[in-house]
Amino acid sequence: MPGEEGDVEMPPLSPSLTGPGLAATHSDASAVIALQEIRRVYDLGEVQVQALKGVSLEIPRGQFVALMGASGSGKSTLLNILGCLDRPTSGIYRLDGVDVSTFSPAQRADIRNRKIGFIFQSFNLLPRTSVWENVEAPMLYSGVLKAERGRRIEAALNVVGIPEKAKALPNQLSGGQQQRVAVARALVNQPAILLADEPTGNLDSATSEEIMRFLQRLNREKGITLVMVTHEHDIAAYASRALHLKDGHLLSDEMNPSSHEQA
Amino acid sequence: MSIWVILKIALKALNRNKIRSILTMLGIIIGVGAVIAMVSLGAGAQRQVQEEIAAMGTNTLQVWSGSMRSFGTRGGSGTMNTLTAEDFEAMLTECPAVKAVSPSASTMSQVVFGNQNWSSRVEGYNEQLPDLRNWKVIKGSFFDASHVKTAARVAVLGQTVMNELFSGSDPIGQTIRIKNLPFQVIGVLDKKGYNAWGRDQDDVIVTPYTTVQKKFQSGVLYVQSGIVGAASARATYAAQEQITELLRQRHKLTPVQDNDFTVRNLSEIAEAADATNRIMTGLLASIAAVSLLVGGIGIMNIMLVAVSERTREIGIRMAIGARPGHVRIQFLSESIVLCTMGGILGLALGVGSAIGISQLMGWPTLVSPNSILISLVFSAAIGIFFGYYPAHKAAAMDPIDALRYE
Ligand SMILES: Nc1ncnc2c1ncn2[C@@H]1O[C@H](COP(=O)(O)OP(=O)(O)O)[C@@H](O)[C@H]1O
Ligand SMILES: [Mg+2]
Repeated sequence: MPGEEGDVEMPPLSPSLTGPGLAATHSDASAVIALQEIRRVYDLGEVQVQALKGVSLEIPRGQFVALMGASGSGKSTLLNILGCLDRPTSGIYRLDGVDVSTFSPAQRADIRNRKIGFIFQSFNLLPRTSVWENVEAPMLYSGVLKAERGRRIEAALNVVGIPEKAKALPNQLSGGQQQRVAVARALVNQPAILLADEPTGNLDSATSEEIMRFLQRLNREKGITLVMVTHEHDIAAYASRALHLKDGHLLSDEMNPSSHEQA
Repeated sequence: MSIWVILKIALKALNRNKIRSILTMLGIIIGVGAVIAMVSLGAGAQRQVQEEIAAMGTNTLQVWSGSMRSFGTRGGSGTMNTLTAEDFEAMLTECPAVKAVSPSASTMSQVVFGNQNWSSRVEGYNEQLPDLRNWKVIKGSFFDASHVKTAARVAVLGQTVMNELFSGSDPIGQTIRIKNLPFQVIGVLDKKGYNAWGRDQDDVIVTPYTTVQKKFQSGVLYVQSGIVGAASARATYAAQEQITELLRQRHKLTPVQDNDFTVRNLSEIAEAADATNRIMTGLLASIAAVSLLVGGIGIMNIMLVAVSERTREIGIRMAIGARPGHVRIQFLSESIVLCTMGGILGLALGVGSAIGISQLMGWPTLVSPNSILISLVFSAAIGIFFGYYPAHKAAAMDPIDALRYE
């Protein structure tokens, strides 16, 4: 949405991150996500929990990244920061070249609305609200006009393969179908990145595979950047890169040579 | 987000909890309904008093025996029996500002015609009553001075009495029995309707006052009260002064003694009625306002419950890009819609019950466009005032905490 505060307040991109004359947002070579020394401390009054203890990493546009680690290692905390649901206690987070770590709640809402699509383990569709209206919701907040909304909802439902379910309510759908609606909703504002927190955690293995193949195709064919939290290796195998967290530190960062064969 | 989208989402949310929405609205419905009904009844009564006083002629005065002061009771009016018929005759002859007078005497009685039977008020006046009260005879004729002189048993019927006793047949020349004495019906009075205090003015039988005194009050010679017509509306205060002076003189009161009678002109009575009416309306309206306040607190309570029940929905909406302002307006619009709908329903209830009361009890009502506008604006304002805190609470939620809420 041109003219709204999120766009207006984005500073010009620094030359170090962009090639001369090239905007970072249009450059495939630049990192869509760049973290520098990200720390997150939960202050519980008496104790302080250090969930992230200085994480630095870059994710280039179009990459499919699996975020792995034991329970409590900080995966969700990191994903929430990547999704601008949360702010780092310290460190710098550049999203599409813009430092968003100091944004206000309203600015972060705009970033989530336009640049980020979320997929949750528990689907998180609006209850008692039709599939159509669920997919429409993000566009209401970005002020897309009605006719355009209709076009985009139809396109998104086609992409996820359930155009006939537009009028259904979430509780009338299977888990796999609900997750597809969630993906359609995540895609509808054409985000720069998709973030998924254990997207197959509530699905049986057949449906998990179906959803994973589908996410992989989105990444390959549409070039969507994907960051996915999982603790299952066979799910992580769909990704092209795997990051391992342990106790708030980045333990390892590996490329997955076999990920192409999975398709 | 356009206002239509916001309203659509609000209506959907309210529709999901129909019973709860209606119960919550009930406070506002009753509050607004009460305000509208009270104000309508008050305004109707006020207008009726004004019309009645205009109809009676603004140049009418009333005289009672006994003194009546605004504060403290020094013998109630009408209790001291100090006035006589001669006092009234003297007013007519001695006071230049007085045009007409009539002593009055009244009693309640059973009235019988054939097998019909009705309890009514028998009011005695002299032959000047139709002029004094601006009250026409529409059938037959009024009694004359000779009837008064001879205490004749003649009766002029009000419309209600005529309908009750004669149900359509011609009453003129018929004989009715009042307290078992035969009276000849010689006329029927024009319809007057209810007065501002809710009394049916047509439920009356008018006879010479002398007849009431002789036949029903064992021949008393004093007169409890009477009405006086001044020469003009402007002359009422002069008439009041002249009557006071005349009566003090006739009753041989020394300057230190209080009046043993009371003279009131109608504009004073109108003012008193107006003031009473205003106080009553004010009292009832403040009770109604309290119920609106209670309704508003109910709205706040329910909105707080709704915010906490829908914490997860708030989290989802924030995750997909709702700003705090979007969340705030969403909940605020729900409470505004709730209150405004309650206001509209309350308006219908208020107007309906005002009309119902006026038909049942015969009280006049007047629904003013102003009171409608004010009550609608007021209920929307209650929605904003009591909805703001819950909406703000929703908007201030942390998206992660809200998403994690079970
Ligand atoms: N809101 C919170 N308040 C306090 N501590 C938290 C909160 N969220 C997470 N933590 C703590 O931070 C650490 C990392 O949590 P999390 O990111 O959820 O791990 P993972 O998703 O890898 O299981 C854990 O020790 C957890 O207890
Ligand atoms: Mg987690």
